[in-house]
Amino acid sequence: MTDAHLSPRNIPDRLQGRGARILKSWESLLLVVAIAIFLGNSLASPYFLDPWNLSDATFNFTEKAMIAFAMALVIISGEIDLSVASIIALASTAMGYAVQLGVDTPALVAIGLGVGLVCGTVNGLLITGLGLPSIVVTIGTMSLFRGLSFIVLGDQAFTGYPESFAWFGQGYVWWVFSFEFTLFVLLAIIYGVLLHKTNFGRAVYAIGNNQTAALFSGVRVARVKFILFLLTGLMAGLASICLTSRLGSTRPSIALGWELEVVTMVVLGGVNILGGSGTIPGVVLAALIMGMVTFGFGLLNVPGIVMSIFIGLLLISVIALPILWQRARRRLAH
Amino acid sequence: MMAKLLKNREILLVVAIIALVALIALRFPAFVTPASFARVYNDTSILIILALGQMAVILTRCIDLSMAANLALSGMVAAMLNTAFPGLPIPFIILTAMALGGLLGMVNGTLVWKLNIPPIVVTLGTLTIYRGLIFLLTDGKWINAHEMSDAFKALPRLGLAGVPVLSWLSLLMIALMFLVMGRTPLGRAFYAVGGNPHAAVYTGIDVGRTRFFAYCLSGTLAGLSGYLWVSRYAVAYVDIAAGFELDIIAACVIGGISIAGGIGSVAGAVLGALFLGVIKNALPVINISPFAQMAISGTVIIIAVAVNARAEKRKGRVILRKAEAV
Repeated sequence: MTDAHLSPRNIPDRLQGRGARILKSWESLLLVVAIAIFLGNSLASPYFLDPWNLSDATFNFTEKAMIAFAMALVIISGEIDLSVASIIALASTAMGYAVQLGVDTPALVAIGLGVGLVCGTVNGLLITGLGLPSIVVTIGTMSLFRGLSFIVLGDQAFTGYPESFAWFGQGYVWWVFSFEFTLFVLLAIIYGVLLHKTNFGRAVYAIGNNQTAALFSGVRVARVKFILFLLTGLMAGLASICLTSRLGSTRPSIALGWELEVVTMVVLGGVNILGGSGTIPGVVLAALIMGMVTFGFGLLNVPGIVMSIFIGLLLISVIALPILWQRARRRLAH
Repeated sequence: MMAKLLKNREILLVVAIIALVALIALRFPAFVTPASFARVYNDTSILIILALGQMAVILTRCIDLSMAANLALSGMVAAMLNTAFPGLPIPFIILTAMALGGLLGMVNGTLVWKLNIPPIVVTLGTLTIYRGLIFLLTDGKWINAHEMSDAFKALPRLGLAGVPVLSWLSLLMIALMFLVMGRTPLGRAFYAVGGNPHAAVYTGIDVGRTRFFAYCLSGTLAGLSGYLWVSRYAVAYVDIAAGFELDIIAACVIGGISIAGGIGSVAGAVLGALFLGVIKNALPVINISPFAQMAISGTVIIIAVAVNARAEKRKGRVILRKAEAV
């Protein structure tokens, strides 16, 4: 053996040291981007660094991020859920209908979460029970759920939510920290622990990397996936409560197109769209980036649709740039 | 014979459409006239053209979520050309729209081919970018009917042998796609790439390049549809055909085109689009609120994918007897 360091005894446990891995990780790249945007925004507008303005800015992303956490798990497991925005619409419609019957806040919350769970169950049963591809099933349920709320509402709107209900979308827990932002932080921790520190989380990665191998290693693939769709439904129900409470009204077009924004957030956060890898801290950073970009552009009077171009470019370039970078390095090395 | 016919996806779909029409006829017999069918077909023409493009992409195991945005951008550029230079001949405008659509498709295709970015991510990104570009081009302004020249608006409605040009164009595209899919190396390559990419490589097919051409095709057809949409509805603005990308995919799924690639046919895509078209046109006739359309097409998609999945499962051939026993 001439190449002594390649003998079996010397194969390193990890290819790089811990420090190098962290430095080169997707999350640190996102952190740099986030800091750059933060600095850019504070230089571009004198109003950016005001705590109350920043607090307002969090409403841009908290509701979407709640769903993004659950969506990240779904995508890591190799599936996708495109029906989340429609679940928001259906849950909101159900709550609006209940309000017309004089239902009070605690029951409204239960209804919102309940509808989310039921929708998640429908998705989960179709995908794990019948073994159908999730992308098509959720395109179908996306039409179905929002379609139901169109049938109920037509071109009308539900209003008249009780005052106590407004707290979820407009209330503050302490100083500038809104209920939604607090919830966002809590959920980030819960999902972070769930994905990175529990058996369930490892099972999600295992399924995403090799479903068959996971099955043979004793992972209950169908059950784990079912739970993931249930969670996504529940999070969509929760987001629906917050959004409905913040807007104070329900139209069938509520949260239209959010499914794509949520998926963008997850992919931007470094989750592999093909499944198998990704982290919750990455998704948190992606949420902050998207929120700050939207808010910063808003302060500069840039129209919303131009921001969406920026988000689209960001989505493609954050994936394309590392690939191009690697290729360029390889070419230089030769 | 009968059993074999029943297993054929396209024939099943024809039966489903006939059953649907019969159901409608029970409540409203006047729906079942040649003139009414011609109207429904004409109304579905654009969806058919788009579904043909999407079919090619889905066959190669990709997906094109940017078709509706591409349509809107190409349509807007066609309308802007027309308002800026009312003298330009309409065929030139159509070709420009198709070329632009093709170019936008090339962008998708290049990103998928050269950078290996997952198709769903690429087209999710370009979907927002293309729509955003319309806003940058127009500042959010609308182009209304009175700003477009008469010739620009008249072409799709123009009758040729009693059938509108719009219908003729979609028939022409169906015929062309029949030839491309069945009689050209490219068409067969679409199937090969989707059916088994590794095997395709060994038969000398460049998988990435084939996908690139599929995106060019879907982009060009989206560009053509852009002109047709804008001239038919005589209005162009940022949000035209918003959300239509999902209708296109729905048409393909209903038509039995497998989202896993490699399975599907031109006839399936056309029938899938027609199925949605019949539902859309029939609802107001039989006095069901048009708001119900979305829920119905959602249900149809789920049923269609469940039926198709069952049909696909049976296709596996047992090579090893032992494997079957396990």
